[in-house]
Amino acid sequence: MKTPLLQFTKKGIYCKEADVYLDPWRPVDKALITHGHADHSRWGHKQYITYNKNVPIIKHRLGDINVSGVDHNESILVNNVKFSFHPAGHIPGSSQIRVEHKGEVWVFTGDYKTEDDGISTPFQPIECNTFITECTFGLPAFKWIPQDQVMNDINQWWAENKADGQTSIVFAYSLGKAQRVLKHLDPSIGKIYTHGAIENMTNVLRELIDFPETELITKDTKKEAIKGSLVLAPPSAHGSTWIRKVVPYVTASASGWMTFRGARRRRAIDKGFVLSDHCDWNGLLESIEATGAEKVICTHGYTDIFSRYLKTLGYDARTEETQYEGEVPEGEIAKNDLLNVD
Amino acid sequence: MKKQGGMAIFAALIKTLDSTNKTNLKVKALASYFKSATDEDKVWTIAILSHRRPPRPINTKLLREWASELANIPLWLFEESYHIVGDLAETIALVVPNAIEETPKSLTDFLQEMIWLKKQEENEKKYYLFKNWSKLDYYQRFVFTKLITGGFRIGVSQKLMTRALSQATGIDEDILAFKLMGNWDPNKISYQELILEENEADYLSKPYPFYLAYAVESEVKDLGDVTDWYVEHKWDGIRSQVIVRKDELFVWSRGEELVTDKYPEFAAFIKTLPSGTVLDGELLPYPNRQIGTFNDLQTRIGRKNVSKKLLETTPVILKAYDLLEWDGVDIRDRPFSERREKLEALYAKVKSADLPLHLSEKMEFNSWGEVEKERALSREKRSEGLMLKRKESPYLVGRKKGDWWKWKVDPLTIDGVLTYAMRGHGRRSNLFTDYTFGLWNQDKTELVTFAKAYSGLTDKEFKEVDAWIKKNTLERFGPVRSVTPHHVFEIAFEGIALSKRHKSGIATRFPRILRWRKDKKIEEANTLEDLKSLIPNKE
Ligand SMILES: [Zn+2]
Repeated sequence: MKTPLLQFTKKGIYCKEADVYLDPWRPVDKALITHGHADHSRWGHKQYITYNKNVPIIKHRLGDINVSGVDHNESILVNNVKFSFHPAGHIPGSSQIRVEHKGEVWVFTGDYKTEDDGISTPFQPIECNTFITECTFGLPAFKWIPQDQVMNDINQWWAENKADGQTSIVFAYSLGKAQRVLKHLDPSIGKIYTHGAIENMTNVLRELIDFPETELITKDTKKEAIKGSLVLAPPSAHGSTWIRKVVPYVTASASGWMTFRGARRRRAIDKGFVLSDHCDWNGLLESIEATGAEKVICTHGYTDIFSRYLKTLGYDARTEETQYEGEVPEGEIAKNDLLNVD
Repeated sequence: MKKQGGMAIFAALIKTLDSTNKTNLKVKALASYFKSATDEDKVWTIAILSHRRPPRPINTKLLREWASELANIPLWLFEESYHIVGDLAETIALVVPNAIEETPKSLTDFLQEMIWLKKQEENEKKYYLFKNWSKLDYYQRFVFTKLITGGFRIGVSQKLMTRALSQATGIDEDILAFKLMGNWDPNKISYQELILEENEADYLSKPYPFYLAYAVESEVKDLGDVTDWYVEHKWDGIRSQVIVRKDELFVWSRGEELVTDKYPEFAAFIKTLPSGTVLDGELLPYPNRQIGTFNDLQTRIGRKNVSKKLLETTPVILKAYDLLEWDGVDIRDRPFSERREKLEALYAKVKSADLPLHLSEKMEFNSWGEVEKERALSREKRSEGLMLKRKESPYLVGRKKGDWWKWKVDPLTIDGVLTYAMRGHGRRSNLFTDYTFGLWNQDKTELVTFAKAYSGLTDKEFKEVDAWIKKNTLERFGPVRSVTPHHVFEIAFEGIALSKRHKSGIATRFPRILRWRKDKKIEEANTLEDLKSLIPNKE
């Protein structure tokens, strides 16, 4: 039997023909990286290749690494295997990776979403034979609300809190979600403050994207100045002493998991906004159809359920274990906020 | 702004209640609802929040089939989604295609339609559901479906609702609690009759709100002089009130369910107890003329038509401990010692009639040390521990601190091995948090399932176990995974009894995880025999 173009190994997704790994989770010589979230871009590889707008992001995260950037739709050839990066719409700098060898095409999505969020290059389906897809939200219960509507709700919530003399804290990942919320906040309501992790990452992205003004909360920031403003903080700040500076406050989380009524209560958050950087149910199905793939491999998320459903639709679908953390809901781990993916 | 319909206002109320953990915000939202909703809708809201929904118009099997049909997904996929979401109405509201309409109809309109719907043919029911599911916006769709499927778990107790109602009407909370008890029909009663006016006709069946005890928090000696207290054993049955008024009998269980028909043995009270008597006590199984286990009682709970045979094998008794009404007069404000005296006098008079009525033995001690010794005898006496009641205490409403305390025995514990895991429901739907535990068989070759538990670990521990389960799955059976036997957990439970319905032959009551015994290897876990040895008074 011939070796498949991409294999799932202990170190990550591997192309034997080119001796290259895609988003590996153990140190390797040559790694192609889809995006800057910590479960997809890890430390310790000898060489990183990624989309050029992702270069400053992973440099900011990983420090002094050997990284080279290529443009979207530009091909690189490694031992006769053709690799190219294509927009994934997940977060700024994110890509899918297309792999072609002897007329056979595989696409690895990393993470992706179909809605245009205004800060990431929108997702484009790529024709392929085998599609390796995430399915973090691969259940028919997940249906996203249009971003305009969610952002309207967030701005309205902020204005109401301000009228009540309260500060609004939105917990969002410091890469991606925080900037997506920030981009669509209405600065006419009040001032926008940030937690350090978010301020630093936002400053990296300001080179590429226009954002409303923000101010970092430092030990010198006056408590009275913050009152009534909106504060963007990583989920790990929830329950930390840092948050005392912001009293009196109300909290919100912006995440796909907020679809479930129980999720908000479980995390002891006052308000949940359903906003995700992953595909919802229909987004996944439409994307898969658009690729024309006959084989689908489901990596992280509700893989069992989703692949079983794909089979009923006639796809040759299966699941593969990876170490991508699509199943970890927001706010669950505090060790490194970047490690989280939604 | 256009005027909102009653259903839209009710759905907004539920959304508000559901989106805060703060009691004062819940009371505020309810009180403002009770000030602004129509009288008809208020009665229905009170009924729904006190679990008085009209009977289910459609069974859940049909609901699931039709929801998956409307959502255009196979039934198994609906079921998997349901398992992860954890709530049927929420699942249905999420999977059917989204709509945005806000209905002008009132809550009362919807509930009357549901009463009508119950009598309709299947295709009529389906048409009604599809029409509403494909029109209502998400939250109204959820509330609408919830009205069909069951209660709202939104952290609103009857007590909290009563407080809000009191704020809205200015009527005393205790009076409202009394008014809301009993068997009223939201479809027939008006707000005026239910809340605002005194209603003599209903009085006959009305129980008093139960007085509930708190668990002892620190040292019992902090309760002061032991001679101020009466001590009783705490029986593990169903807390009940037995009412005899004007040749009629009413048996109420806690949770305000009228259960008179389920316990025909109490009919003998009508002729023997004087009219205007209300007893508070514990309903207990009494097989072979001794107090049975809760497992025995299970055979009677939920059974409306009791067979002759069951009445013989598992009769019930009332172990009475308080007298709330005597000679038609509410004596709850009298000291417990006085009520007890009257109860004992009554018991002495009727004792010879061989009624299914026992007196809960009242004990007095000279020191807390003696009380502690008595507590140690609880398991032998088939009680859960002790009740401490201040002699001077009036009979209060609800759970109040100070005069009544429960002092349970420490739970039984055993070390079991984690064998299967399932995703948690709802709030824990992303983690494997529902566990099955096994104990070794005699020759230690096989782990036999003995208990399921899903509480007792910290969030951090659950996360750790979850990550381990995902890496150590042996087999998947739908939502259930079998895992490599590796982790030992100490399981605590309140009671234990032999059971034919369990594979292990043993039923445990309220099992929960006490701690993760990382220090133990699976070979060190307990055996089924160890568990059996914990059963008290085995024949
Ligand atoms: Zn990601």
